[in-house]
Amino acid sequence: MDEFFFFIVAKYNYWASLILLFIGLYGMIAKNNLMKKIIGMVIFQTAILIFFVSIGVKWGASVPIIRFFPDKQPLLDATAYANPLPHVLILTAIVVGVAVLGVALAILQNIQRIHGTIEEDEILEDMRK
Amino acid sequence: MKPFARIILFLCAVMMLTATVDLPDWADPGSPASTHLSPGFIEQGYHETATPNVVTAVLADYRSYDTLFESVVVFAASLVVMLVLRRTSTGTSRIKHFRPKREGRDTILRGAAQSIIPVMQIFALYVLFHGHYSPGGGFQGGVIFGASFILLSLCYSLKFAMQRFKEKMVLICCACGALLYAGIGAVCLAMGWNFLGYAGLAGLLGVTDVMARSHGILAVEAGVGITVMAVMVSLYYDLASGGDMEEGL
Repeated sequence: MDEFFFFIVAKYNYWASLILLFIGLYGMIAKNNLMKKIIGMVIFQTAILIFFVSIGVKWGASVPIIRFFPDKQPLLDATAYANPLPHVLILTAIVVGVAVLGVALAILQNIQRIHGTIEEDEILEDMRK
Repeated sequence: MKPFARIILFLCAVMMLTATVDLPDWADPGSPASTHLSPGFIEQGYHETATPNVVTAVLADYRSYDTLFESVVVFAASLVVMLVLRRTSTGTSRIKHFRPKREGRDTILRGAAQSIIPVMQIFALYVLFHGHYSPGGGFQGGVIFGASFILLSLCYSLKFAMQRFKEKMVLICCACGALLYAGIGAVCLAMGWNFLGYAGLAGLLGVTDVMARSHGILAVEAGVGITVMAVMVSLYYDLASGGDMEEGL
């Protein structure tokens, strides 16, 4: 039991992001309302962002902004700073996520305008007519 | 359908959670992600770009192609939203009658907006231009600046915000930001360096190669900021009015 507990604690960032990821994926697959599917997509996206940011963390490290000694010499020790690369990837991914969300909402508005509903089964019924 | 989806997802979840055994521990400094490229960025980045914020240096210098095309992606997204939603005819909109009617002056709301919006815009510029020394940069500053216009149109009306920041102007800003970014790259190319090799700006600006890279980062961050700001405003204009630009939320 203890081993299992330590196993979870040592990797809890993966557990948290994977559980979020599957909540989002379940929303995308199983929900009937298209708006809820989009919410699922956003949760899915956020889970991946959390996963990426969490692998950039290091023990005892601070934000990746170079600190200076009192004599103006920079402290250039890689162990003193968190990994900057995941932050860069996620920074751009967040903005692209917002753009994707905007496109999804626009398509959703058009679907609502054409079919008068955003429930998936009602849309399929409307299309069969 | 639903039980089937649940079973599939449960199996996938079990598989992926057992696969975490092989992933490095939480906050392990020796993990593969932290041992190959990132020490190089941290140890050499400051001497090569004179930018203390390593994230900004990597974003706008080492990975500048990535950032250029990310800003093109958000630009394309605003165009797509416009293409999908825009209608010129005054057809009957079924969304319209869910909107509340605005009556009278919302004095407290508008007074609060009046005092918050200028501070937000100055803060956005600070975040953008202080991105070399503190967390910040083009994306964050652009989003805050765009949010100030969204706040304006929420507290007043879409028409009022569109008088202040016309849609044509928004689209020009969208394109100009991406063009500024690509233009900096083209100038570097013309000076005989690689595309987006900011050291090529050294001769034009009269500074050393290292400082030229720092200034190049600032210029492309400004381009990214302009694009992101305009895209946020454009997305809001289109989505809030349902594409007819008549009435917002």
